[in-house]
Amino acid sequence: MKWAVIVFPGSNCDEDAANAIVRVTGDSAVLVWHQQTSLEGYDAIVLPGGFSYGDYLRSGAIARFAPIMTAVHEQAQRGVPILGICNGFQVLTEAGLLPGGLLRNADLHFHCKMVELEVLNNRTPFTSAYQLGEIIRVPIAHGEGRYHADEETLTGLKEGDAVAFQYVENPNGSAMGIAGIVNERGNVLGMMPHPERAVAEFMQSEDGARLFQSVHDYVLAKEVSHAH
Amino acid sequence: MRTEPTPEAIEENSLYRAMGLTDDEYRRVVERLGRRPNYVETGLFGVLWSEHCSYKSSRAYLKKFPTSGPQVLQGPGENAGVVDIGDGIGIAFKMESHNHPSAVEPYQGAATGVGGILRDVFTMGARPIAFLNSLRFGPLEDGHTRYLFANVVAGIGGYGNCVGIPTVGGEAVFDPAYTHNPLVNAMCVGMLPADAIATGAAKGVGNPVFVVGSRTGRDGIHGATFASTDNPKEKERSAVQVGDPFLGKLLMEACLELISTGAVVGIQDMGAAGLTSSSAEMASRAGGGVELYLDLVPCRESGMSPYEMMLSESQERMLVVMEKGQESLAFDILHKWDLQVEEIGKVTDDGRLRLLFHGDVVADVPVSLLVDEAPVYQRCVVDRYHQPGLDVSLPVPSSNWEAAWLELLAHPTIADKRWIYQQYDTSVRASTLVGPGSDAALVLVPGTQKAVAMATDGNGRYVYLNPRVGGAIAVAEAARNVVCSGARPLALTNCLNFGNPEKPAIMRQFADAVEGMGEASRALDVPVVSGNVSFYNETGGTDIFPTPVVGVVGVLDALNRATPSSFQGDGHEVVLVGVDERGLDGSLYWQLQAGKPAGDAPYFRIEEEVRVQKLVQAAIAAGYVLAAHDVSEGGLAVALAEMAVGRGVGVQAQLIAGSPAGAFFGEAQGRILLEVADGQLETLQALAAAKEVPCQRIGRTGGAMVSMTVGSTDAMNVAVARLASVYNATLPERMNEPIAP
Repeated sequence: MKWAVIVFPGSNCDEDAANAIVRVTGDSAVLVWHQQTSLEGYDAIVLPGGFSYGDYLRSGAIARFAPIMTAVHEQAQRGVPILGICNGFQVLTEAGLLPGGLLRNADLHFHCKMVELEVLNNRTPFTSAYQLGEIIRVPIAHGEGRYHADEETLTGLKEGDAVAFQYVENPNGSAMGIAGIVNERGNVLGMMPHPERAVAEFMQSEDGARLFQSVHDYVLAKEVSHAH
Repeated sequence: MRTEPTPEAIEENSLYRAMGLTDDEYRRVVERLGRRPNYVETGLFGVLWSEHCSYKSSRAYLKKFPTSGPQVLQGPGENAGVVDIGDGIGIAFKMESHNHPSAVEPYQGAATGVGGILRDVFTMGARPIAFLNSLRFGPLEDGHTRYLFANVVAGIGGYGNCVGIPTVGGEAVFDPAYTHNPLVNAMCVGMLPADAIATGAAKGVGNPVFVVGSRTGRDGIHGATFASTDNPKEKERSAVQVGDPFLGKLLMEACLELISTGAVVGIQDMGAAGLTSSSAEMASRAGGGVELYLDLVPCRESGMSPYEMMLSESQERMLVVMEKGQESLAFDILHKWDLQVEEIGKVTDDGRLRLLFHGDVVADVPVSLLVDEAPVYQRCVVDRYHQPGLDVSLPVPSSNWEAAWLELLAHPTIADKRWIYQQYDTSVRASTLVGPGSDAALVLVPGTQKAVAMATDGNGRYVYLNPRVGGAIAVAEAARNVVCSGARPLALTNCLNFGNPEKPAIMRQFADAVEGMGEASRALDVPVVSGNVSFYNETGGTDIFPTPVVGVVGVLDALNRATPSSFQGDGHEVVLVGVDERGLDGSLYWQLQAGKPAGDAPYFRIEEEVRVQKLVQAAIAAGYVLAAHDVSEGGLAVALAEMAVGRGVGVQAQLIAGSPAGAFFGEAQGRILLEVADGQLETLQALAAAKEVPCQRIGRTGGAMVSMTVGSTDAMNVAVARLASVYNATLPERMNEPIAP
């Protein structure tokens, strides 16, 4: 299968994401420039971490106007798995593909460290390789990762089983300890932690690998079912 | 535009003084030029002959550093040094100070320090892979110090995190000597094909000269001269440049792409003294000249004069010389990254820097006079350094060893630094094998089975007490840290942070420290490949501790030999390699007891140091070593505690009777603690005997306590958990207090 990793000006985890995909799944991962307008032929799309457009105005606020985002919307509607990591999560909320927004961390500091996440939903294309309730270790590295939404949205997320990952110890003041959420259809995941930095022994955790593996398995299974 | 003073007025009213030239220097310019320089020209000489750009006080001494060796691909003189790590890969690295701006405007001062050193490294054609930083502040009890410290850390993170390069190491020291003059030294390390080093020479007559990146504004004018004077009252926050890390990231990507086309003849960062130093230095390296048409320089505001354009220190700008006929490559690539690019001049062969504006020649001076004939001063030096610590009377040590131990562990210089480095992205690029908190950082080299090791060090207290020995220790300790990580040290960069060079005693500190550093780098075979000098770190007549900071880069040839600095498990032997020397000279323990640095520099013998480092390299290569950590600030007791708290593994250590205080807290150099697997002790001891290195088993890992006994009477015994909580609490607790801008 073929993955697209979107490169905005200021993306800086694009290569890490592509390398992790190749390392874990053996699939091909193509860096797609923000000025492109089509994502035809890609089976999964990653919006990587970084500081797109310098996080000016608000993180993710300018990236959502990039030409490639029209194609991201189209593919989201088609059900293609779309993964937003860190800044990618911020872009997805700004683009309206996920609800809520990400604010500055409660203590106003940037935090980079390994954290524990609880898997709250393992019936998404991104989490099927995890056990429900499993605790995984994935690093965070962000200054604006405090998930925020109004009460109604939060209730909806909870009742709709849309919280995929929850911090075991909330590092940034996120509402309901949210580390990652999926959209209603389940094909768009946004998360602040970096699974691409937890795919090898030397990275102190390999727990991120199963996220990429889940997407890989999901796409292949879909192809098989289509073929039947 | 205001009218500029005439050459006559500049001379008559000594206006050149405010532009950074002394009376003698101005006369020298007039004499060599054969006429009075105009306003723009006076400005060019003012910045290029400043201490910051010309190294006029230090140059005579810096020649003493060893700078060559088979591992050196590029020595000093370029934007960064480069060493060979094999497999066709070169590692470019350099460290630079941003002390003066950080004292005035800490966030931007630190951020632009990181941005500047980043540009120095990618200018070489190297993909940056890591940052380190070395910080010195006053005590954190002071609200203003907390303000400076918090904002410097935020500024380093603000720039480094955004450009996507991990910050993997460094140190932070807190001492009253730095209260009014904090030190902010940033180091960048990059990777490049060994045969594709880009250089900063403006070669090839007729080749076009481009300015790329940010537009030129009125910010930072006179930043270089600002750093070369000591009067803090005159230092305005507005003279500090403002960084734009987003632009820095785009500029890095665009320049690396441009360099990889092979059409770049020369490239240089516009750092201190901006367009002036970059154009003059590039012309000087090529032995030619440059002609610039200043009407073409993209400016942020209208009405900027040639003087302002030439002296602006607006960040994120580069000067690039392209091969003639390949101009379109520059336009295509820079436009792809949405960056400004303008052809503003050409390379000439007449050896002159000629500036044209509105059709007039506004400056025309020989490049060699600007760059190569900058004055070199043999500053007045006192004959002999008066070692201040020898007069300090020492209180009788109390035998409450445990209290002293915990006090040292809680000292912010020693205490855990997570409060700092968790604000830095330490794992972006997904190549950090060992990040901050270890003796040295290790970063993987993709496509190989190697890692690059890097560490910074520099104990100003030791240099203050004995400049020559202290200078040597700075080199030895940084190299030792690299050795402890399992790697082989290759070369070093440095930042020489000193006080006012016009004081003969300070110049003696400088001369002796450089001498000592040179001796150690020669003996340890770690030549100096890049560096920088920061003078005038003084306030109100008081100078900082002379603080040469050394950054050593090494290579780990086999990834399975990466060696941690904390105990790995129970039931292993603990060995002290190096002499069991128990003097307390120069120790933090004595400083805390006496209220000021006391005694001589710690015990140090370069021949012993070399043997110890060689032995530990051999032992790690042979696979005997589970963990290695050098004995430094706080002595053996602190080193053992640090090894224990990492993974919560206790240790019982027993030393022979004699000088308990020195045994616990002495900072004698050339000592490394090793954790050795069961059954390997004899092999290690045989190896040590063959290499004539003292090597004694001092204990065994295991249990929940760290205990240390000297002879039969003096003992300390504290739970690992207690040590850890003291060690971890200091910085978060202190930084919870309000700050005072």
